[in-house]
Amino acid sequence: MSIRGIEMHYFAMCHRKLWLFNRGIGFELEHDRVIEGLVLHDQAYSRLTKEVSLDEFTTIDTIDGDIVREVKISSRMEHADRLQMLYYLYLLRQRGIEKKGLLSYPKEKKTVGIELDAEGEQEIEQAIKSIDSLLSGKVPNLRKKTYCKKCAYFDYCFVGEEEDAV
Amino acid sequence: MKRDVFMMSGGRLKRKDNTLYFVNEEGLSRPLPIEQTDNIHIFGQVDMNSSMLHLLSSHGVQLHLYNYYGFYDGSFVPRKKQVSGFTVVQQSSHVWDNEKRMYIARQFIQSAVHHMQRNIRKYGAEEEVSSYIGTLSAHAALLDEARSIPQLMGIEGQCRQVYYGSFNCMLKGGWKWEYRSKRPPHDPINAMISFGNSIMYTAVLSEIYKTVLDPTISFLHESSSKRYSLCLDIAEIFKPLITDSIIFNLINNRRIQEKHFDQEDGLVYLSDEGRKRFLAAFDEKMKSTFKHRQLKRNVSYRYLIRLEAYKLIKHMIGDTVYKPFKAWW
Repeated sequence: MSIRGIEMHYFAMCHRKLWLFNRGIGFELEHDRVIEGLVLHDQAYSRLTKEVSLDEFTTIDTIDGDIVREVKISSRMEHADRLQMLYYLYLLRQRGIEKKGLLSYPKEKKTVGIELDAEGEQEIEQAIKSIDSLLSGKVPNLRKKTYCKKCAYFDYCFVGEEEDAV
Repeated sequence: MKRDVFMMSGGRLKRKDNTLYFVNEEGLSRPLPIEQTDNIHIFGQVDMNSSMLHLLSSHGVQLHLYNYYGFYDGSFVPRKKQVSGFTVVQQSSHVWDNEKRMYIARQFIQSAVHHMQRNIRKYGAEEEVSSYIGTLSAHAALLDEARSIPQLMGIEGQCRQVYYGSFNCMLKGGWKWEYRSKRPPHDPINAMISFGNSIMYTAVLSEIYKTVLDPTISFLHESSSKRYSLCLDIAEIFKPLITDSIIFNLINNRRIQEKHFDQEDGLVYLSDEGRKRFLAAFDEKMKSTFKHRQLKRNVSYRYLIRLEAYKLIKHMIGDTVYKPFKAWW
């Protein structure tokens, strides 16, 4: 199964979101925060080459010499950002290309360097296995997380009807 | 919040650079903020070209056309951005399996009846309210026993008869309800119901298009090649909740009067001024918001339709069982 970087990110964040997104049930198109992210993506590092395609599925934000960059609005999901970056480095290594990663949070004036070590490699291989089994199953149940409210999927996940009102 | 634009007069819609302009018959040009537009409804004769349609497409704006009498003719809908083959297969399987289809179809009617009763309670004359509500409940109770779609449709028809019968206790100012007539309507109330249904139908279509649902695959109505029949299904819920309450408000507050209708050989249509009034009320209603119990924030009536589509998706992909919207206030 082909997994994109964004799906690796969603895997670290919410299994339900990953499952829905993978089935084409996405809610990103109209969500203000997602649009904000797209604009940031366009504006940040405008001098660098953007959208480097690895294959028909995976695109990397920017490659700047030895460094793969990924731009994010906030560092709140740093663990997910890290996994996504490790995945890009992993995909590149599979193609015989060695790079280092750099997560950029321009709004916070912060960057985080990422390197793919043996441990990271193992982590990615484990994640790929989990994602494969997760996606072949039923839609994961709703589990409320602290960051649900900011998610583009919030309305979908939380809309429902209370037991019959008379 | 994006909004709908209604164009009653004739003229030309044109693109100049990346802005949309409407030039009226007197040659007066006025810009339309495309970023804030969701749907454009055209009632008059309007010229346009493909470059304008490209602009609409890039902003995801839908264009709906209505004929001289205000009936829906068709739409220009930009390429669908949301597609999920998986969901379409699931949606179809819920039509193919009679049990599953009946479940969803029944929910639509139950919600419709709930909102009909709500209207009677809200607008009805006190002494008659309880008998109408009781009769509707008795009919609706048979829904659980129905085993086929025609049986469901039969019960729905009976409920509608009772509901229309109650109109005379809801209408003030000497308006009388006789019987339902469509295409063409024979009196002002029927003219408003038909017009309102047209508008509601496109409102549902435009919301469904923003989701992965396929508007041609329906449950209560037969999926046919001519119409986006899923819109008819979902509109059942919202016609009494939104359209009918607009009609009662317009009549009872004397915002619409006999003079706002054109009569042609016993056929009755809303006049241009009548349509303007109706559309203004419709737009106002769709934009108005209420606090949603589950989402715990204000949502508009227009967005409520989208939420209903989300719930159907959840049902079809085996996420959570569909319960139709039932206004609780």
